[in-house]
Amino acid sequence: MNWLDTILQGVLLGGLYALFAAGLSLVFGIMRLVNLAHGDMIVLAAFLILVLVTTLGLNPFIAALIAMPLMFAIGWALQYFLLNRTLGKDILPPLLVTFGLSIVIQNGLLESFSADSRRVFAGSLESASVNLGPVTAGIMPLMTFFSAVTVIVCLNQLIYRTSVGRAFRATSDDPVTAGLMGIRPQRIFAMATGLAMVVVTIAALYLGTRANFDPTSGPS
Amino acid sequence: MFTRRDFLKTTAATGALAATSGLAAPAIAQDAAIKLGYVSPQTGPLAAFGEADKFVIDSFLSTTKSMGLNYEVVVKDSQSNPNRAAEVAKELIVDDEVNLILVASTPETTNPVATTCEAEEMPCISTVAPWQPWFIGQQGNPGDPASWKPFNYAYHFFWGLEDVIAVFTNMWSQIETNKKVGGLFPNDGDGNAWGDKVVGFPPVLEKMGYGLIDPGRYQNMTDDFSAQINAFKSGQCEIITGVVIPPDFTTFWNQAKQQGFAPKIASIGKALLFPQTVEALGNAGHNLSSEVWWTPSHPFKSSLTGESAAQVAAAFTKATNRPWTQPIGFAHALFELAVDVMKRAGDPADSDVVAQAIAATKLDTLVGPIAWDGKGLPPFAAKNIAKTPLVGGQWRLKDGGGYDLVITDNKTAPNIPVGGKMEAIG
Repeated sequence: MNWLDTILQGVLLGGLYALFAAGLSLVFGIMRLVNLAHGDMIVLAAFLILVLVTTLGLNPFIAALIAMPLMFAIGWALQYFLLNRTLGKDILPPLLVTFGLSIVIQNGLLESFSADSRRVFAGSLESASVNLGPVTAGIMPLMTFFSAVTVIVCLNQLIYRTSVGRAFRATSDDPVTAGLMGIRPQRIFAMATGLAMVVVTIAALYLGTRANFDPTSGPS
Repeated sequence: MFTRRDFLKTTAATGALAATSGLAAPAIAQDAAIKLGYVSPQTGPLAAFGEADKFVIDSFLSTTKSMGLNYEVVVKDSQSNPNRAAEVAKELIVDDEVNLILVASTPETTNPVATTCEAEEMPCISTVAPWQPWFIGQQGNPGDPASWKPFNYAYHFFWGLEDVIAVFTNMWSQIETNKKVGGLFPNDGDGNAWGDKVVGFPPVLEKMGYGLIDPGRYQNMTDDFSAQINAFKSGQCEIITGVVIPPDFTTFWNQAKQQGFAPKIASIGKALLFPQTVEALGNAGHNLSSEVWWTPSHPFKSSLTGESAAQVAAAFTKATNRPWTQPIGFAHALFELAVDVMKRAGDPADSDVVAQAIAATKLDTLVGPIAWDGKGLPPFAAKNIAKTPLVGGQWRLKDGGGYDLVITDNKTAPNIPVGGKMEAIG
């Protein structure tokens, strides 16, 4: 049952990458902004969770719950005060700014946490597994996969069923007309980046408990 | 624009700088301290190797001070990065003008530094890397033994792959298994040497009747070991071996448990040297095995302080509140050698004299007797390598939490006492 196992492990690992991609595509889809610092934001969120876990002795999942609003605020402020100024006809400025941001985050983390590779400890959950007939799957990879599915379903519902989602779609289609209808694109953009950062925090939780990360592991 | 005024300002500033440095220069010359450069990985994935450095250097400086010797140590961090290691070695030679460079821990640190030293004609003593990746890895063409040349300035002391293979197979023979071995060899200096079809594990294992499953080289700091685990599972491996960096082993072992793979023996180089890695596994670290180069029960004494291995380890635990680690002994021995060499070398600033003094060393150190006499080595490596003894051990859970490293095999070095017999995992 070798191939079955390979497929299963691959699909479960795909869950993690889906989480990484969800935040990135949310930002790209709404404001056509390629966030080159996305990987570094994930590492930043992972360090935030690590700090909460080590200093307050929290369970990593509770730490991630605390980190989510913090990351939302960081994302909101980042978009509202910095990235909104770079958006325009030219696609180069946002690329350059996020590239610079990536360097700033990496070196800031390097300066404050050193080059050591870290991981977030989730206790016995880390090595727990369930037997699915011919194959076994780890609890953590399963949780990663189902979180990814949940996140994508939630985003889908949010975008197609709520007024915020309608505003997202409208701004994405035509920001000028959306502005005429009383939507402020700047606010919508900030909201979207904040939301992306919440997804990033979830991804960071699973990245940090699955494998090691260090300040320079963002771009990979 | 560069005006006349600017020109006057700059020249004045440069003149002032030259004057002050001129004042400072004689002050340094009068105080002729012997300058040692030390490179090791203090941060990054290999940070566990450098954990004891501060303790060793602090105690070295206080010892030499009390002995009336004037030593200065310039410490550089390689950040576990070979490019960075070469860069700091250059800094030590060019900017700090050290008299001797000491380097420790893994071929990723020792090789770039030793190569830089050899090129710059700077004497260098290196340790904590098996000698094959150190010696062969620095050759222009590692594939052609006829082209291998000895070094004039770079010297190394440690054990070799032949020792670790003997230790691991001796340990495995204590337990009944199906003799199927899974190999985890990364794409780095150590991994390529350990998995080499000529000098590494594969030929010896084959001769001894073990079947080796080697799924190929993988990248360090990888976050998915499913392919390897799958290969080991379908090959029904009951033994796992390899040379894995500490963070990767935690990832591998957790994923192996998640995917229901449970070997009877796991003998891993590098990663399992450190209590941190084993502690990071919780209770899953019980009975993992590793090569052992130095423990507090090694029957050796420091030539510098006269302390026994047990006393040095106890002093470390007292100073840092951390369990002892194996690099303590070797870092200590590096500084023992430096003092011994500098005592015999008339002029510490003459690199040829210092290199000759290293070659003539005969010293009983904290890690055993060291002499570059070619004992137990093939002729091509005899000049630059000195071997130290190697045994094997297992991590055992202590009653009150934490782990103990128990020596379970000493056939390769009978003067080091064993503490127990091999036990299967689980």
